Amino acid sequence: MKTEDKPLVIAAGFTLVILLIGTGYMLSTSGTMPLLQPTYLLQQLQIGSFLGICAAGLMLVILTGHIDLSIPATLTGAAMIATAVGGPWAIPAALAFGLAVGLVNGAGTAVLRVPSMIFTLGMDTVLRGVTVAQTGGFAPQDQATPLMLTLAKGRFLGIPLALYAWAGVSILIAFLLARTTFGRALYAIGTRERAAYLSGIRIRPVIIGAFVASSLCAALAGVLLAGYSAKAYQGMGNAYLLPAIAAVVLGGTNVLGGSGRYAGTLIGVILIVLLNSVLSIMQMPEALRQIIYGVVIIAMLLIYGRGQRETG
Amino acid sequence: MMGRLIAQNRAFAGALALFAALFVTYNLLHPRGFSSAVFVQNANEAVAIAFVAMAQTVPVLMRGLDLSVGAVMTLSACVASYLLTGSGLEISMGILAVLATGTAFGLMNGLIVVHGRLQPIIATLATGAIAIGLALILRPQPGGNVDGDLSWAMTNTVWDLADTYGIAGGGEAWWIRPFADIPMPLVLLFGVALLVWLPFKRTVTGRTVYAIGSAEGAAYVSGLPINRAKLAAFTLAGFFSACAGLYLALQTSTGNADTVQAGAYTLNSIAAVVLGGTALAGGIGGAIASIIGALILRVISFYFRILDIEPLLQPLIEGLVLLLAVSAGAWRTFAVKNRLELFR
Repeated sequence: MKTEDKPLVIAAGFTLVILLIGTGYMLSTSGTMPLLQPTYLLQQLQIGSFLGICAAGLMLVILTGHIDLSIPATLTGAAMIATAVGGPWAIPAALAFGLAVGLVNGAGTAVLRVPSMIFTLGMDTVLRGVTVAQTGGFAPQDQATPLMLTLAKGRFLGIPLALYAWAGVSILIAFLLARTTFGRALYAIGTRERAAYLSGIRIRPVIIGAFVASSLCAALAGVLLAGYSAKAYQGMGNAYLLPAIAAVVLGGTNVLGGSGRYAGTLIGVILIVLLNSVLSIMQMPEALRQIIYGVVIIAMLLIYGRGQRETG
Repeated sequence: MMGRLIAQNRAFAGALALFAALFVTYNLLHPRGFSSAVFVQNANEAVAIAFVAMAQTVPVLMRGLDLSVGAVMTLSACVASYLLTGSGLEISMGILAVLATGTAFGLMNGLIVVHGRLQPIIATLATGAIAIGLALILRPQPGGNVDGDLSWAMTNTVWDLADTYGIAGGGEAWWIRPFADIPMPLVLLFGVALLVWLPFKRTVTGRTVYAIGSAEGAAYVSGLPINRAKLAAFTLAGFFSACAGLYLALQTSTGNADTVQAGAYTLNSIAAVVLGGTALAGGIGGAIASIIGALILRVISFYFRILDIEPLLQPLIEGLVLLLAVSAGAWRTFAVKNRLELFR
């Protein structure tokens, strides 16, 4: 087994363990097994698709050794723009907003060389400030357009449309990573930026591209989430940043960049979604949930193997 | 001499000048001018974030990051909301227990990072969730009981402390007069900085923290105690976070397992560290500088009150100031002769 595959196998195995524990719990308490029914699983994955789309974009940024903390405000902002614009231009306007945020993030990180951790944090605060100033801190009254409602809640061949969107994004990202020079450049920059620069990779466009991808994905997730809840509201993106980072890292991507496979991120998202749903089936209080969440992340990463020691 | 000092600490000097300018202007603009009462209130609001910024500084200096500082602060405050009551001895033991809680949590972070060899950013993200979970178990609802005298004495001036506990002639002794108007929160803040941070910085372990941030490989081959320094850095971060939590409990007389607040403190701590001039890439800066950074963040929010800025615009302005401040150093990027220097 290649070292890169190890986290994937372990994460997939742990996902099965979660399913078994949840099923065992349900069998012993109510004698049913909702967790193994396709309808229930599809519904969970439908909810998970918002997280999955965020994580897919974030992975590109993490591969370059940067991070995007502006996902929550980008998601919220895009949802608000989509509902406010309405009509046929709702979704293009939201995606254009995502594009703009990504360009600014990328410019700040790649051109001004401000650490991405702090620049995207500043962007998040600014965008949050704009939405608060614009809406007065309340949820806007605008409703999601019919198209958004359909995308988030509709089904085709019995499978939620949101899952198709997630699958589409996944195929695109997996293709970018494995088959394009852009994808290989992301890995190269994350491994050693200096060497990548000396090899003739144009660092700035690649990093800007990664941030644009992340913001676009966050904006798309915002559009879908606004469709799912029929409207946009303050703080709707807050629950997506840390789980997205966790999903990417649990999928075996090095948080310092340079290595990781998209299949891992996919498994990481499914793991987190199922963990959440099993914990809520068990009616676990929030406090224990947080603790289990933390312990699972640490334990999984320790099982993946310890990092290299810096010795030279 | 003076010129060399400034040249060697340009970022720190810049932060200090910015803070001085902001603070003086604030007091000039204040409708009632400078007054002791307002000063005490300002100091109170700045202490918790300043402690958390100090906590964040130590891991940042060795090119790590501690995303659990806000959560450890919250956990410590929740512990404090149970223990800061009763007799003098009980309160003293309570304070020690609170500080021990945060310090132990920091030590745990350190052990995971050093012996588990996980990346600090992701390890502390996870332990932060654990700390919040523990805090929620302790305080499902906000509440608590904090000794009123202690709370009053620690959140007012030195004179009030002496008056409350009847020391130094109830605050009238000649030797305490010159210090009477100094707010206790500042005494605590700078007391901890002088008694804990400065001595630590001068030890081999402290120098190693800086060395790891500059070049970990070089520090290793030089035979510096890498593991001990990493453990110490996270333990110290836990201790400073506990100080913040302790103060928060004294200030509010309650413990509140507020997840949103914990996250905000963690993120603001990073902002304060950067504003103070500590490099996120490690090796340069210090905890005192981060205190200044935290004070800058707080002074900016004081302006909102006196300038009648619409509350809805405040987060936007805070964000813009942060973005401008961190982008201000970017002119150097355009001045480099060899672009290779930009990359690691």
